[in-house]
Amino acid sequence: MNLTRRTLLTTAAAAPGFVRSVRAQATPTLKIGCLTDMSGPYKDLAGPGAVAALNLALADYGVSGKGMKVEVLAADHLNKPDVGATVARQWFDRDGVDLIVEVANSGVALAVAGVAKEKNKVYLNSGAATSDLTGSACNANTIHWVYDTYMLAKSTGGAMVKTGGDSWFFITADYAFGKALQRDTTEFVQGAGGKVVGSVAYPFPATSDFSSYLLQAQASGAKVLGIANAGADTINTIKQAKEFGIKLRLAGLLLFLTDIHSLGLDIAQGIVLTDSFYWDMNDRTRAFSNRYSPNMNGARPTMVQAGVYSSTLHYLKTATAMGVDKVKLDGAATVAAMKQMSTDDDCFGPGAIRADGRKLHPAFLWEVKKPAESKGPWDYYKLLATTSADQAFRPIDKGGCPLVKS
Amino acid sequence: MLGFSRPQFIAFVVMVALIIVGPFVFYPVFLMRVLCAGLFACAFNLMLGFVGLLSFGHAAFFGMGSYITAWTMKTWHLDAFFAIGLGGLTGAVLGLCLGYLAIKRSGIYFAMITLALAQLVYFVCLEAPFTGGEDGIQQVPRGYLFGFIDLSNDMTMYWVVAVVFLGGFLMIHRIIHSPFGQVLKGIRENEPRATSLGYRTDDYKLIAFVLSCGLSGLAGGTKALVFGIATLTDVNYPTSGEVVLTTLLGGLGTVFGPAMGALIVTAMEQYLAQAGAWVTVIQGAIFMVCVLAFRRGVIGEIANWRKLTL
Amino acid sequence: MGGILGYSFTFFGTTITVSALLGQATLGLINGSFYACLSLGLAVIFGMLNIINFAHGALFMMGAFVSWMLLTYLGIGYFPSLILAPLIVGAFGVVLEKTIISRLYKLDHLYGLLLTFGLALVIEGLFRNGYGSSGLPYRIPEVLTGATNLGYMYMPNYRGWVVLCAAFVCFSTWAIIEKTSLGATLRAATENAPLVQAFGVNVPRLVTLTYGAGIALAAFAGVLAAPIYSVNPNMGSNFINTVFAVVVIGGMGSILGSIITGFGLGVIEGMTKVFYPQASATVVFVVMIIVLLTRPRGLFGKAA
Repeated sequence: MNLTRRTLLTTAAAAPGFVRSVRAQATPTLKIGCLTDMSGPYKDLAGPGAVAALNLALADYGVSGKGMKVEVLAADHLNKPDVGATVARQWFDRDGVDLIVEVANSGVALAVAGVAKEKNKVYLNSGAATSDLTGSACNANTIHWVYDTYMLAKSTGGAMVKTGGDSWFFITADYAFGKALQRDTTEFVQGAGGKVVGSVAYPFPATSDFSSYLLQAQASGAKVLGIANAGADTINTIKQAKEFGIKLRLAGLLLFLTDIHSLGLDIAQGIVLTDSFYWDMNDRTRAFSNRYSPNMNGARPTMVQAGVYSSTLHYLKTATAMGVDKVKLDGAATVAAMKQMSTDDDCFGPGAIRADGRKLHPAFLWEVKKPAESKGPWDYYKLLATTSADQAFRPIDKGGCPLVKS
Repeated sequence: MLGFSRPQFIAFVVMVALIIVGPFVFYPVFLMRVLCAGLFACAFNLMLGFVGLLSFGHAAFFGMGSYITAWTMKTWHLDAFFAIGLGGLTGAVLGLCLGYLAIKRSGIYFAMITLALAQLVYFVCLEAPFTGGEDGIQQVPRGYLFGFIDLSNDMTMYWVVAVVFLGGFLMIHRIIHSPFGQVLKGIRENEPRATSLGYRTDDYKLIAFVLSCGLSGLAGGTKALVFGIATLTDVNYPTSGEVVLTTLLGGLGTVFGPAMGALIVTAMEQYLAQAGAWVTVIQGAIFMVCVLAFRRGVIGEIANWRKLTL
Repeated sequence: MGGILGYSFTFFGTTITVSALLGQATLGLINGSFYACLSLGLAVIFGMLNIINFAHGALFMMGAFVSWMLLTYLGIGYFPSLILAPLIVGAFGVVLEKTIISRLYKLDHLYGLLLTFGLALVIEGLFRNGYGSSGLPYRIPEVLTGATNLGYMYMPNYRGWVVLCAAFVCFSTWAIIEKTSLGATLRAATENAPLVQAFGVNVPRLVTLTYGAGIALAAFAGVLAAPIYSVNPNMGSNFINTVFAVVVIGGMGSILGSIITGFGLGVIEGMTKVFYPQASATVVFVVMIIVLLTRPRGLFGKAA
């Protein structure tokens, strides 16, 4: 008995962080882990900003004032599902983490959802696109907060057709996310009476030159260019489209505020995109952004970072209602309680969470302003259309989610 | 004993002891990751350290083994024994096909061909529907071993992985110390002379390659079961680069080097994942330091200091 | 002319007109310029120094970043950057060579490869930490904006400029190495360094400057790339695999081989983008395998 304890102590001294530690807790501490992309293509739209949003939620809720103890961890999933799954597993198993937020990357998101279910903890995703999180891969421990491929496709696709964009050509990143985006958008374009004239799938992530695909799009005679990719690829596609004087209207199927910031308005002007949050939408979002920006060197929050804020806030409200002990014990019960309560925060306003784990709020169609229309940095969008919360997302019975009893 | 020299046998006993004690002190899933990486590195070292051929595409075999095990497990719910075995077999068969093309060249050209072939494998994995593309194959059940051992328990899985690792390790050891291994060493030292002695060197190199790839596939398959996922990361070229780093860091051409390298590299990745964006920088810096000042690797330096062969 | 351009045919399930095909071929040529420039630097370094410089992509990226920095911090525009950025990054290359690379000359190729691989990781990681991954904006210079009608496509003027610039630099470098006495000295130093040194030539300095020159070529390509591609830390790794394949296919020590293969492979890749775009990143490797199996010295390589 002595030997084992001594071995434990000496190795614990020698190797911090690997040892399974068993600590007796006086006040139960809620542990929240922000698993995000700190070093890759999604760093600016999520990354450290997501952690800042998380901390802002804690401060705004007034955790210390309410006698709660909350500990925050952060890690980089490196856009690899195995790294993400391992970190999630370790956090849940060894570090006593109760909630994981963020995870921008569909592959990692799906992996983490599986781990959360296995360990019966809570997982609130803000950054991933795949609508499978509330479809075939849904589970009782996961809520998908900010957006998904269906929402993007319906808003941008459907709306563009209504404004005259009835023939489309897609440039698609050749992997599951890009293909899903193209598939969902095609459905809406055709449903709204438009047609898809052609498409090209390019190798991801190895491509930086889109000139060839852009010329093919031009030659096709389509009116709209559906850009089914994200991050640096989207930026390159748009830059090069301007350079070649491509006449098609650009529909950025997945674009973030930080992408526009990186492109600059003279290139990005006129692009149409869907975001469920924009910092300058209304007084509440402005107030939130003014609290957020000082922590991030003046940068304005993207919808992913807003989602981390919103989901964490709702979790804290639920924890207060249920009691921290019960929350720590049973993730599925916590999520069920979260679904019962309606949501309200400065970012997304009033909303609700469906049985399949889909958070509901309106989707907004934006157009990027011309340089003359913008009053300063980050003043980039003007509102074109709104899709109400009950219309914005896939009908609950169409997703194939096993939680939904038909 | 067991064909080891005395210092090697001591090192072996230490390693086995660490493996046995490990899961009670450290997190078993982390250790399983080390063991899989260690087996992969040992298999890679067989080619680089003992045959003298640098393959820059070994991730192809590791990754395909991973995919096949994951897919067969998820779709047919095979016994874990067969699923992992199929992973190893896939690695070997793929190694035979690709090796047949690559062996004709040597040195930098061999490295470049293996890189190119691995990129082709990556492309196939990207396009083929069964691999799930970017998402990979997820939620792979661990299943049962021999029909009755339930692998969903982390500790049980750990012992199985430990057995696979030790089995692979000993197998490589036997290969190196067999007459076949002696011929390989001769080829590495001076291929024309070996040819002049009547050995068909290309065949020997190819067999060594197939064995190396088979064991890599085995490592990949085991890893897929431990984590329940198989993704494109397993077949991409940074993974190929990482196994080179692991072997170099541990000690090229030593018996215990790759395992030690796996421990260090995996620990570094785990620990530094929390530090965010510095992981790549530190990995690169370690690569550079290793090449400039530390070419023998950890085990190599220890061996050199004590004038042993480890 | 109009008649031929309008003719369309079907191949591999894709229908395309001759004019569109020519357009894609032209685009391929433009890409090929980058490949040629980059692989030229690599070939020079490998030919003269026997180092496989895996850090080439990272230094290409540095060239783009330095031109961005010159613009943002010092207000220096594109055209001066074309000269300044390669000089700055080339100087950095000289420092690298003196401190790190020179230790590798006596070792196996493998170590040079691994060291520069690690160097690439460090450089890219540092820039990623400092500047994020979204990329930084860099405008095409005013005088080069707009497009010219070539009859079968509208070619952006800047892209035409890239082809001309790259071709000029590549062939000048080739001319210097093959046709001048400086080049002859360089080539002699590769063959037999002690002998050349005995003639009074400072060989180590020559080697250092050669490395710097190879790096400067990469940085030059970076400046050319900055207005077209997003200036981000990953831009080098997108190119490096292809560029290596180009060097291998062209023949690892052959300058002319790299140039011609670079342009050629750009066109082949361009054609693949039309008929089977998913494979466009992989077609280079198929060609490489074929060449390595049939003509291992490369298309223009000297038989060793």
